[in-house]
Amino acid sequence: MSVCVSLDVWSKSLHPVLSTVLKRLGLGLITLFVVSAIIFSSISLLPGDFGEAVLGQAATEDTVAAFRKELGLDKPAVTRYFEWVGSVLRGDLGTSFSGRAASGVNRARSVVELVKPRLQNTLFLAGVTAIIAVPLALILGLAAALYRNSYFDRTVNVTTLTTIAMPEFFVAYILILFFSSLLPWFPSLANVSAETPFWERLYKISLPAITLTLVIMAHMMRMTRAAIINLLASDYIEMARLKGASRREVILKHALPNAWAPIATVIAFNLAFLVVGVVVVEVVFVYPGIGQLMVDAVTSRDIPVVQACALIFAGTYILLNLLADVIGIVSNPRLLHPR
Amino acid sequence: MNTQYENYSAAAEVGAVRKRRSRLERIWIDLKKAPLSAWFGMIVVFAYMVVALFAPLIAPYGEAEVFPEANAAWSSQFIFGTDQIGRDMLSRLIYGARNTMGIALMTTLLSFLIGGSLGLIAAISRGWLDQLLSRSVDVLMAIPSLIFALMLLSIFGSTVTNLVIIIALLDSTRVFRLTRSVAVNVVVMDYVEAAKLRGEGLGWIMRKELLPNIMPPLVAEFGLRFSFVFLTIAALSFLGVGIQPPTADWGSMVRDNANLIQFAGIDFRIGLTPLLPAAAIALLTVAVNFVVDWFLHKTSGIRDEH
Repeated sequence: MSVCVSLDVWSKSLHPVLSTVLKRLGLGLITLFVVSAIIFSSISLLPGDFGEAVLGQAATEDTVAAFRKELGLDKPAVTRYFEWVGSVLRGDLGTSFSGRAASGVNRARSVVELVKPRLQNTLFLAGVTAIIAVPLALILGLAAALYRNSYFDRTVNVTTLTTIAMPEFFVAYILILFFSSLLPWFPSLANVSAETPFWERLYKISLPAITLTLVIMAHMMRMTRAAIINLLASDYIEMARLKGASRREVILKHALPNAWAPIATVIAFNLAFLVVGVVVVEVVFVYPGIGQLMVDAVTSRDIPVVQACALIFAGTYILLNLLADVIGIVSNPRLLHPR
Repeated sequence: MNTQYENYSAAAEVGAVRKRRSRLERIWIDLKKAPLSAWFGMIVVFAYMVVALFAPLIAPYGEAEVFPEANAAWSSQFIFGTDQIGRDMLSRLIYGARNTMGIALMTTLLSFLIGGSLGLIAAISRGWLDQLLSRSVDVLMAIPSLIFALMLLSIFGSTVTNLVIIIALLDSTRVFRLTRSVAVNVVVMDYVEAAKLRGEGLGWIMRKELLPNIMPPLVAEFGLRFSFVFLTIAALSFLGVGIQPPTADWGSMVRDNANLIQFAGIDFRIGLTPLLPAAAIALLTVAVNFVVDWFLHKTSGIRDEH
């Protein structure tokens, strides 16, 4: 907290937007630091005999001791933490627990080697989803606000309320049932590899991308609609109406420019939400992404891989939320023009 | 002197007041005004509760009773067929209501107990305790709870007790936030100050002064948290790290029977089998959301139009 206080004093001389943004960034950094410490300390919570569990019953005391030494469990926790942060920053996430044998033979792969191709796959899926979902959600949300309380609005409202409440795998399996099993249009398995050409890759991830789109679009749409409707209560909208502006003009010319801040926040927030939704969807479609990797690692209790995945997920989530806040601050006209 | 007031009797005036409506009558009046979606939600939730409570009476077979025919088609003997090792689907669905809902309910209650009491304590005491709790909650909420739950389960192992404790702890952060933010507005009221001056203890103020005044948002939040916890547990079980076999549970039932879906072209009903538990999950969460939506609308008096 002392960082915040000193920031506060130091930022008095700065532009209010800059100081607020810096304060928020500082808070984000602290959060990231604490989160990394929590993720790191998880390895010390493991039961004492996990060396044998990883290496097998036949492991000799020497191999177990060597394994513990490799993890650095003979050093104090604080030293280990800073060594770990240092190596993470250098791009070294440690080595996986799997592939180790009791005899001391070590065929374990480095975590980076495991994570890297999978992270690229996940980013590809998330990117495609974002490109489809964001514009669609904005258009539908605007339309729902424009034709408020019409049948269109009510249908969209009930549909989104329903899809929000549904588990991702339900949506995914319904899509598989209709568009893969009954009508063989799309593959139900999204098994891509590094050699898969771009268009085939795009075709193979169509069902997972549609599932994710449906899941996050509902949120984004509702929040866009709410942001616009919220603004419609303001005085200047009343003024525009009294002036005789049409409903469409009021929304597109007067409300929308002021709604960009909440809408941008909503988008960043939902992309953060996408990060979590991706786990279940990847498992349903057996897509070789980082979510699937994490679930496999949790099942086999491969802690270094779990840590790396958790760090990536949490980091992305924190950064996107941070981005949402910063956009919200920067686009606030009251802060841009201080009195 | 005005003659009108001379034979005035306070007792008579009180007696002349119309009979007060009983609590039941008031609830019924509110219910009659509820929209169709809320009614639908309440009926579904009620039906689920009946099924969960009387599972052994309703289910045709036992929870883990294995029959020789695995993945049987829908028939009069097995209404929804059998699963991958030959257990009756319908019976498992019915027992699943009990297990999945029971565990989710337990988790939500625990998270409200933790989050609610900490939130009230933070709101009353303020100062360093409030700061400490609020900042720790901020940090915990910065990690997506599914990811956090996955990480903790990989360390402590997937047992039902661990699942309940981990999810309750992660979820209590949100309960804490809400409770604290509503309670700080009530703490500054004069009657709370009066109770403090009277020398009432922390527990008394929490229970008698604060809690009754912050009930509506908490009740609505309970519904939302329940459906969220329910979805998280279902997702974890679906991923294979939640409720473990042979306990009948909707999430893992979807996972175990998922490959039947590719036979939908041959026998449509077989293809539907894995969707049944998923639909059971979806229907309950949708129903709870409808009820909460109506309740929030009613208690907050928010109007959606201008």
